[in-house]
Amino acid sequence: MIVAVRLFARARDLACLDVLEVVLPDGATVADLRRAVAKITPALADLLARSALAINEEFADDDVVIPPKAEVALIPPVSGGAW
Amino acid sequence: MIQLTRDAIDHANLTERVRRSDCGAVVTFLGTVRDLTGDQVTVALDYEAYPGMAEKKMAEIERDTRERWPVGEMMMAHRLGHMAVGEISVAVAVSCPHRAQAFEACRYAIDRLKELVPIWKKEHWADGTTEWVHPGK
Repeated sequence: MIVAVRLFARARDLACLDVLEVVLPDGATVADLRRAVAKITPALADLLARSALAINEEFADDDVVIPPKAEVALIPPVSGGAW
Repeated sequence: MIQLTRDAIDHANLTERVRRSDCGAVVTFLGTVRDLTGDQVTVALDYEAYPGMAEKKMAEIERDTRERWPVGEMMMAHRLGHMAVGEISVAVAVSCPHRAQAFEACRYAIDRLKELVPIWKKEHWADGTTEWVHPGK
Protein backbone atom coordinates (compact mmCIF):
# COMPACT_ATOMS: atom_id res chain seq x y z
CA MET A 1 0.00 0.00 0.00
CA ILE A 2 1.04 3.61 -0.48
CA VAL A 3 0.91 5.69 2.69
CA ALA A 4 0.80 9.47 2.24
CA VAL A 5 2.37 11.18 5.25
CA ARG A 6 1.49 14.85 5.77
CA LEU A 7 4.41 16.97 6.91
CA PHE A 8 4.29 20.18 8.94
CA ALA A 9 6.62 22.89 10.26
CA ARG A 10 10.32 21.95 10.21
CA ALA A 11 9.55 18.44 8.91
CA ARG A 12 8.08 19.97 5.77
CA ASP A 13 11.04 22.33 5.39
CA LEU A 14 13.57 19.52 5.84
CA ALA A 15 11.86 17.24 3.32
CA CYS A 16 10.92 20.09 0.94
CA LEU A 17 7.55 18.32 0.64
CA ASP A 18 4.01 18.75 2.01
CA VAL A 19 3.27 15.04 1.63
CA LEU A 20 5.74 12.16 1.61
CA GLU A 21 4.55 8.97 -0.09
CA VAL A 22 5.89 5.72 1.33
CA VAL A 23 5.32 2.21 -0.04
CA LEU A 24 4.72 -0.30 2.76
CA PRO A 25 3.43 -3.87 2.91
CA ASP A 26 -0.20 -4.30 4.00
CA GLY A 27 -0.34 -4.68 7.77
CA ALA A 28 2.67 -2.40 8.34
CA THR A 29 2.87 -0.65 11.70
CA VAL A 30 3.78 2.88 12.71
CA ALA A 31 7.26 1.57 13.62
CA ASP A 32 7.64 0.20 10.05
CA LEU A 33 6.60 3.59 8.70
CA ARG A 34 9.14 5.37 10.90
CA ARG A 35 11.95 3.14 9.60
CA ALA A 36 10.87 3.66 5.99
CA VAL A 37 10.62 7.45 6.33
CA ALA A 38 14.07 7.68 7.96
CA LYS A 39 15.54 5.56 5.14
CA ILE A 40 13.87 7.47 2.29
CA THR A 41 14.50 10.92 3.77
CA PRO A 42 17.54 10.82 6.07
CA ALA A 43 17.24 14.58 6.67
CA LEU A 44 14.06 13.82 8.67
CA ALA A 45 15.57 11.09 10.86
CA ASP A 46 16.52 13.21 13.90
CA LEU A 47 13.27 15.18 14.06
CA LEU A 48 11.24 12.03 13.31
CA ALA A 49 12.73 10.28 16.34
CA ARG A 50 11.17 12.88 18.66
CA SER A 51 7.95 13.38 16.69
CA ALA A 52 4.58 11.70 17.06
CA LEU A 53 2.65 10.02 14.27
CA ALA A 54 -1.07 10.56 13.83
CA ILE A 55 -3.47 8.21 12.07
CA ASN A 56 -6.86 9.64 11.15
CA GLU A 57 -6.20 12.63 13.44
CA GLU A 58 -5.32 10.55 16.54
CA PHE A 59 -1.86 10.03 18.04
CA ALA A 60 -0.70 6.49 17.21
CA ASP A 61 1.92 4.41 19.08
CA ASP A 62 4.59 2.44 17.23
CA ASP A 63 2.73 -0.88 17.45
CA VAL A 64 -0.42 0.41 15.74
CA VAL A 65 -1.19 -1.18 12.36
CA ILE A 66 -1.80 1.42 9.65
CA PRO A 67 -5.22 0.82 8.11
CA PRO A 68 -5.68 1.13 4.34
CA LYS A 69 -6.40 4.68 3.10
CA ALA A 70 -5.55 6.15 6.50
CA GLU A 71 -4.78 9.84 6.83
CA VAL A 72 -1.27 9.84 8.28
CA ALA A 73 0.64 12.84 9.59
CA LEU A 74 4.01 13.45 11.18
CA ILE A 75 3.56 15.65 14.27
CA PRO A 76 6.82 17.34 15.35
CA PRO A 77 6.98 18.45 19.01
CA VAL A 78 4.55 21.31 19.58
CA SER A 79 5.70 24.65 20.89
CA GLY A 80 4.64 23.76 24.45
CA GLY A 81 6.05 26.73 26.22
CA ALA A 82 7.45 27.19 29.70
CA TRP A 83 4.84 27.48 32.44
CA MET B 1 -16.65 26.45 21.79
CA ILE B 2 -13.39 26.27 19.88
CA GLN B 3 -12.03 28.40 17.10
CA LEU B 4 -9.01 28.45 14.78
CA THR B 5 -8.77 31.80 13.07
CA ARG B 6 -6.47 33.89 10.91
CA ASP B 7 -8.04 37.09 12.24
CA ALA B 8 -7.10 39.03 15.36
CA ILE B 9 -8.60 37.52 18.53
CA ASP B 10 -11.18 39.83 20.12
CA HIS B 11 -10.54 38.91 23.75
CA ALA B 12 -13.20 41.24 25.15
CA ASN B 13 -15.84 39.61 22.97
CA LEU B 14 -14.53 36.14 23.90
CA THR B 15 -14.78 36.97 27.60
CA GLU B 16 -18.24 38.47 27.19
CA ARG B 17 -19.49 35.33 25.44
CA VAL B 18 -18.78 33.08 28.46
CA ARG B 19 -20.55 35.33 31.00
CA ARG B 20 -23.69 33.75 32.50
CA SER B 21 -25.98 34.62 35.35
CA ASP B 22 -25.31 31.28 37.09
CA CYS B 23 -21.51 31.79 36.94
CA GLY B 24 -19.97 34.20 39.41
CA ALA B 25 -16.43 33.76 38.09
CA VAL B 26 -14.87 34.33 34.67
CA VAL B 27 -11.18 33.69 33.96
CA THR B 28 -9.58 34.61 30.63
CA PHE B 29 -6.03 33.59 29.69
CA LEU B 30 -4.27 35.37 26.82
CA GLY B 31 -1.07 34.14 25.21
CA THR B 32 0.74 37.01 23.46
CA VAL B 33 3.81 37.18 21.23
CA ARG B 34 6.83 37.79 23.51
CA ASP B 35 9.81 39.83 22.34
CA LEU B 36 12.59 37.94 24.18
CA THR B 37 13.54 34.24 24.40
CA GLY B 38 16.67 34.14 26.52
CA ASP B 39 18.81 36.78 24.81
CA GLN B 40 17.25 36.29 21.36
CA VAL B 41 14.98 39.05 20.09
CA THR B 42 11.74 38.08 18.31
CA VAL B 43 10.21 40.45 15.77
CA ALA B 44 7.30 38.21 14.69
CA LEU B 45 5.90 34.67 14.80
CA ASP B 46 4.13 32.44 12.31
CA TYR B 47 1.71 29.83 13.65
CA GLU B 48 0.80 26.80 11.56
CA ALA B 49 -1.74 24.07 12.40
CA TYR B 50 -2.75 20.63 11.24
CA PRO B 51 -6.27 22.06 11.08
CA GLY B 52 -8.53 19.00 11.31
CA MET B 53 -6.59 17.39 14.14
CA ALA B 54 -6.07 20.70 15.96
CA GLU B 55 -9.83 21.32 16.05
CA LYS B 56 -10.49 17.74 17.13
CA LYS B 57 -7.97 17.97 20.00
CA MET B 58 -9.28 21.37 21.12
CA ALA B 59 -12.83 19.94 21.20
CA GLU B 60 -11.56 16.98 23.30
CA ILE B 61 -9.90 19.39 25.74
CA GLU B 62 -13.16 21.31 26.08
CA ARG B 63 -15.01 18.05 26.82
CA ASP B 64 -12.37 16.97 29.39
CA THR B 65 -12.46 20.36 31.08
CA ARG B 66 -16.25 20.28 31.31
CA GLU B 67 -16.11 16.78 32.86
CA ARG B 68 -13.72 17.95 35.59
CA TRP B 69 -15.18 21.34 36.53
CA PRO B 70 -18.71 22.82 36.54
CA VAL B 71 -18.04 24.97 33.49
CA GLY B 72 -20.90 27.22 32.44
CA GLU B 73 -19.39 28.27 29.13
CA MET B 74 -15.92 28.18 27.61
CA MET B 75 -14.19 29.58 24.56
CA MET B 76 -10.79 28.48 23.20
CA ALA B 77 -9.36 30.40 20.27
CA HIS B 78 -6.00 30.02 18.52
CA ARG B 79 -4.83 32.39 15.84
CA LEU B 80 -2.81 31.12 12.84
CA GLY B 81 -0.52 32.95 10.44
CA HIS B 82 1.78 35.90 10.96
CA MET B 83 1.76 37.88 14.24
CA ALA B 84 3.80 40.81 15.48
CA VAL B 85 5.17 41.17 19.01
CA GLY B 86 2.35 41.90 21.46
CA GLU B 87 -0.44 40.34 19.40
CA ILE B 88 -2.65 37.63 20.92
CA SER B 89 -1.95 34.13 19.60
CA VAL B 90 -4.21 32.13 21.91
CA ALA B 91 -7.08 32.82 24.31
CA VAL B 92 -9.07 30.68 26.74
CA ALA B 93 -12.10 32.07 28.59
CA VAL B 94 -13.99 29.99 31.17
CA SER B 95 -16.95 30.72 33.41
CA CYS B 96 -17.82 28.70 36.54
CA PRO B 97 -20.00 29.30 39.57
CA HIS B 98 -16.94 30.06 41.77
CA ARG B 99 -13.45 31.47 41.17
CA ALA B 100 -11.26 28.51 42.23
CA GLN B 101 -13.03 26.31 39.67
CA ALA B 102 -12.69 28.92 36.95
CA PHE B 103 -8.94 29.44 37.57
CA GLU B 104 -8.27 25.69 37.64
CA ALA B 105 -10.36 24.94 34.56
CA CYS B 106 -8.72 27.71 32.53
CA ARG B 107 -5.24 26.62 33.62
CA TYR B 108 -5.98 23.01 32.71
CA ALA B 109 -7.35 23.94 29.29
CA ILE B 110 -4.40 26.12 28.24
CA ASP B 111 -1.83 23.62 29.55
CA ARG B 112 -3.47 20.74 27.66
CA LEU B 113 -3.75 22.89 24.54
CA LYS B 114 -0.01 23.63 24.61
CA GLU B 115 0.76 19.94 25.13
CA LEU B 116 -1.63 18.19 22.73
CA VAL B 117 -2.82 20.44 19.93
CA PRO B 118 -0.79 20.21 16.69
CA ILE B 119 0.05 23.89 16.24
CA TRP B 120 3.62 25.01 15.64
CA LYS B 121 5.33 28.37 15.78
CA LYS B 122 8.15 29.78 13.70
CA GLU B 123 10.28 32.50 15.25
CA HIS B 124 11.39 35.44 13.13
CA TRP B 125 14.50 36.65 14.94
CA ALA B 126 15.78 40.22 14.82
CA ASP B 127 18.86 39.11 12.83
CA GLY B 128 16.61 38.08 9.93
CA THR B 129 16.80 34.31 10.49
CA THR B 130 13.79 32.07 11.18
CA GLU B 131 13.43 28.92 13.27
CA TRP B 132 10.61 26.42 13.90
CA VAL B 133 10.22 25.79 17.61
CA HIS B 134 10.25 22.04 18.33
CA PRO B 135 11.23 21.66 22.00
CA GLY B 136 13.43 18.83 23.19
CA LYS B 137 16.30 18.93 20.74
